[in-house]
Amino acid sequence: MRPKRDVQQGTLALMILKTLDLLGPLHGYGIARRIEKISGDLLSVNQGTLYPVLLRLEQEGAIASEWAPSENNRRARFYRLTRAGHKLLAAEKRDWEQTAAIIARFFDVKPGDLA
Amino acid sequence: MRPLKRLFSRVLNFPSRSRGDERLREEIEAHLAAQTEDNIRAGMTPQEAHRQARLKFGSVEAVRADYHAEAGLPFLDSLLMDVRYALRVLRKSPGFTLVVLLTLMLGIGVNVVVCGVINAVLLHPLGVSDLASLYQIRHKQWMSGHALTTSYPAFDDFRQRNTTFSGMAGINSYSSAGLVWRNAELRVAGDEVTGNYFDVLGVQPEVGQFFHATDEHGSGSAPFVVLSDGLWREAFNADPAVVGTTIELNKHPFTVMGVAPAQFHGTEQFVWPEYWIPIVNGEMGQDYLNDRKDVAVTVIGRLKPGVTAQQATENLNAIAAELGKEYPESDDGQPLRLIHPGLEGDQGDVIRGFLYSVTALAVLVLLAACANLATLFAARATDRSRELALRAALGSSRRRLVKQLLTEAIVVSLMGGAAGLLTAYFLLGVLARWYPDLGRLAVNADARVYLAGLALTLGSALLFGMVPARQAWQTSPLQIIKGGPMDPIPLRRVALRDLLLGVQIAICTLLVTASLVAVQGMVHALHAPLGFQPQGAMLAEVDLSQAELEGNQVLEKQKEMIEAARRIPGVTAVGAVSRTPMTGGLFGIPIFPPGTTEFKLKNSVLAAYRFTMSPGYLEAAGTRLLRGRDFSWHDTTETPYVAIVNETFARKMWRETPAIGQHFIVSGHLTEVVGVAQDGKYHDLQESPQPVVYLAWSQNDYEHAIFVVRSLRTPAEIAAALQPALSSIEPNVPIDVESWYHSLEYYVLFPARAATAALGVMGLLAAMLAVTGIFGMAAYNVSRRIKELGIRVALGARATHVLRAAVGRPMVLLGVGSAVGLLSGVVASRLLEQIVYQANPRDPVVVGGAVLTMVLLGVAASAVPALRALAVDPSKLMREE
Repeated sequence: MRPKRDVQQGTLALMILKTLDLLGPLHGYGIARRIEKISGDLLSVNQGTLYPVLLRLEQEGAIASEWAPSENNRRARFYRLTRAGHKLLAAEKRDWEQTAAIIARFFDVKPGDLA
Repeated sequence: MRPLKRLFSRVLNFPSRSRGDERLREEIEAHLAAQTEDNIRAGMTPQEAHRQARLKFGSVEAVRADYHAEAGLPFLDSLLMDVRYALRVLRKSPGFTLVVLLTLMLGIGVNVVVCGVINAVLLHPLGVSDLASLYQIRHKQWMSGHALTTSYPAFDDFRQRNTTFSGMAGINSYSSAGLVWRNAELRVAGDEVTGNYFDVLGVQPEVGQFFHATDEHGSGSAPFVVLSDGLWREAFNADPAVVGTTIELNKHPFTVMGVAPAQFHGTEQFVWPEYWIPIVNGEMGQDYLNDRKDVAVTVIGRLKPGVTAQQATENLNAIAAELGKEYPESDDGQPLRLIHPGLEGDQGDVIRGFLYSVTALAVLVLLAACANLATLFAARATDRSRELALRAALGSSRRRLVKQLLTEAIVVSLMGGAAGLLTAYFLLGVLARWYPDLGRLAVNADARVYLAGLALTLGSALLFGMVPARQAWQTSPLQIIKGGPMDPIPLRRVALRDLLLGVQIAICTLLVTASLVAVQGMVHALHAPLGFQPQGAMLAEVDLSQAELEGNQVLEKQKEMIEAARRIPGVTAVGAVSRTPMTGGLFGIPIFPPGTTEFKLKNSVLAAYRFTMSPGYLEAAGTRLLRGRDFSWHDTTETPYVAIVNETFARKMWRETPAIGQHFIVSGHLTEVVGVAQDGKYHDLQESPQPVVYLAWSQNDYEHAIFVVRSLRTPAEIAAALQPALSSIEPNVPIDVESWYHSLEYYVLFPARAATAALGVMGLLAAMLAVTGIFGMAAYNVSRRIKELGIRVALGARATHVLRAAVGRPMVLLGVGSAVGLLSGVVASRLLEQIVYQANPRDPVVVGGAVLTMVLLGVAASAVPALRALAVDPSKLMREE
């Protein structure tokens, strides 16, 4: 069996943004679990690597965070998408789809098409 | 925008790093707790649940490092760490640090001082607008001094007829006056200028107004004065109300019109006028404005936009040729040229050349210092190779090691550079106060100078920091940890260190040679045959033009003064002269053969400098009368006109024929030669032998006399006696008394002295660097090979062998380096000749001196290490290791 893939930084940031867009404010552990679930365990996130990415997104203004009680009454830091984050997500989505479409077209090419 | 925002928040985060750490710790805790709970819910034991949670989270340390990298400024963080480490390392070896700091301090200090001087002399603008289009007009030949250009009428013709200048102003900078204001009197010197002067220069007044061309309406029509900022502050307490009041200059009333701005100090960098008055109201009045034979003004002009200097020169030469035809008796039609004003006319080239050469030498000193430091650092890096290897083995990247070593170099050089700047600051301050009479050259360090200092510091840090860094880069940790600190040096291989020391010694030899040449040049300059002896003579300047005397009375008073001075005990000779040599303002006057009827310049046979003197002047001045007789008071306007000429004059006129009894026509009088005096220097030290004619005082009346008083007593004693003796004869005239030697010092000896001081200091620094370099190398060699030396001694090596092993290499380097340095010194002789008057680096005294110096330095520097090597006690050494 091929080993599960490591998630690259850029894609991880995109996943975080999309997760927060879908589910609203979440804490770090929550985000990690959702990403795992959505990817159907195809991706293994070294969960800790999430936090530097979260910090970067926050510094860029894409997300904001605050302390709040979690579902089991623990103090946790909740992250939510800001307006800038929404815009960033839309832009990244567009980029990603474009890239994917280009790559897809390359895979679709058959020898006859190029003649 | 996003990266900017991020940088901003990173910078904000930087001081509060620990708080971010706290937040991360808390988040990790919460994360692990939540995961553990989920795991328990999934059926694990609490212990297993916790373990799995941690596994899933990954390395906490790695996350933290990443997190910090995101949060703060990792570059700055590691830099701070490096700096702290570097400081610790430096503190651990204070001797090394001190040597490095001193070396840098000297190297950078010297360069900053040189930069400061260059900044002041060459880069500091004259305080006029658009300096590039401003030119001083000079004759092709040198006959008329440093500053003077033409007569006033000729200047006026040039001004009227030219088509290439937007404005042309004339200056007589030999103006001085007794200034009286509210009963206070002081002696001031200034410029007499044409009315358009300030407008041509484009200067705006600080207070009040300037005079303009429209204020002039012929001789004596514009009794206005503009004060310099310095005089205004010094004598008038910077009182703006002085504008509009009347002051007296040489007993004539002048209305103060305005004050010039502080940054404007005339058109010369070294001589700052204290006032400006319109030339039509100058001391000499109408005569000099109309006399085409009196070369009296310096001409500066501003080119019209778009006109090149070449076009302007052609334009001027055409006019000069015209004038030569129109006024054949006074205008010689000599071609003109344009120079940039500011540095005493043509002296500018000499000064610039000198300064650039000194800069080159200063940079050499810094290079030698860098080579020295590179050697030291390289040696240290080798000693620290174990530490470096250990760090590399523990996972430090090479990049990181190199960064660390460079940081050390930069930290230490910044400290050294700061010390150097401080030293330079003090030195520049001393320099600025040193010769206040030498025109108050504004030598001050401004931002430009400090920036240059900083650039030099960082540049040298990179230069000498690269060497150990390169070494660290090539280090193989395994090799070093295995092999111990002794990496074997193959004896025949030339290591980088050897090369550095060789270069250093070569540069040092060059500098030592240069400073020896300078000292030699100075000795020459001091003993140059001036043709007169300033030592032991006093000058008393007495201007009788202000006293109300008539006809013969002036001459009688002057005779009385000479007698009075002669009666002072201790005085051996007294004489009066119109102008002492080497005080400028000279121009050649035409000499015509006897029988000339048309006094056109092209009929003249010689242009000679003229001095008018009383009987006894030659003796008082210490100028030898070679043949014939001195003047006597019996030579009067009633008797035949007589002259004494110098050897050059006699040779040029009559070659081998005896000069005594020959005749020529000067100033319209048929004159007989009665004596021949020795040659001398009349304008500057560099001049070629010039023809000079001395005319008799009693046949040419002068109101302005300089009495030369030779005596055996000290200047102070004579001055104290001379002043009252002269005042008693004519109480109401200003009398200036000073030692001849001192008055000359400023103009003649200062440049030679400054050059010697500058080069001497460089030579000294170079010698010090050579000593530390050789000492460092030898000492390091010995301490590195002490074990080997011990074994050699134990095996019965002789002292000579031990010595050769210990200090042989530095000695070889010394020899090779010195030879290269000496050779380059000879090659660079043209450079040195330019710097120092009569310098000759090929002089055997200089070469011998340089060789001797280097040998002595080498012996001195390697004595201690050599002794240490000889004193090696093998038994003790063996036990130690």
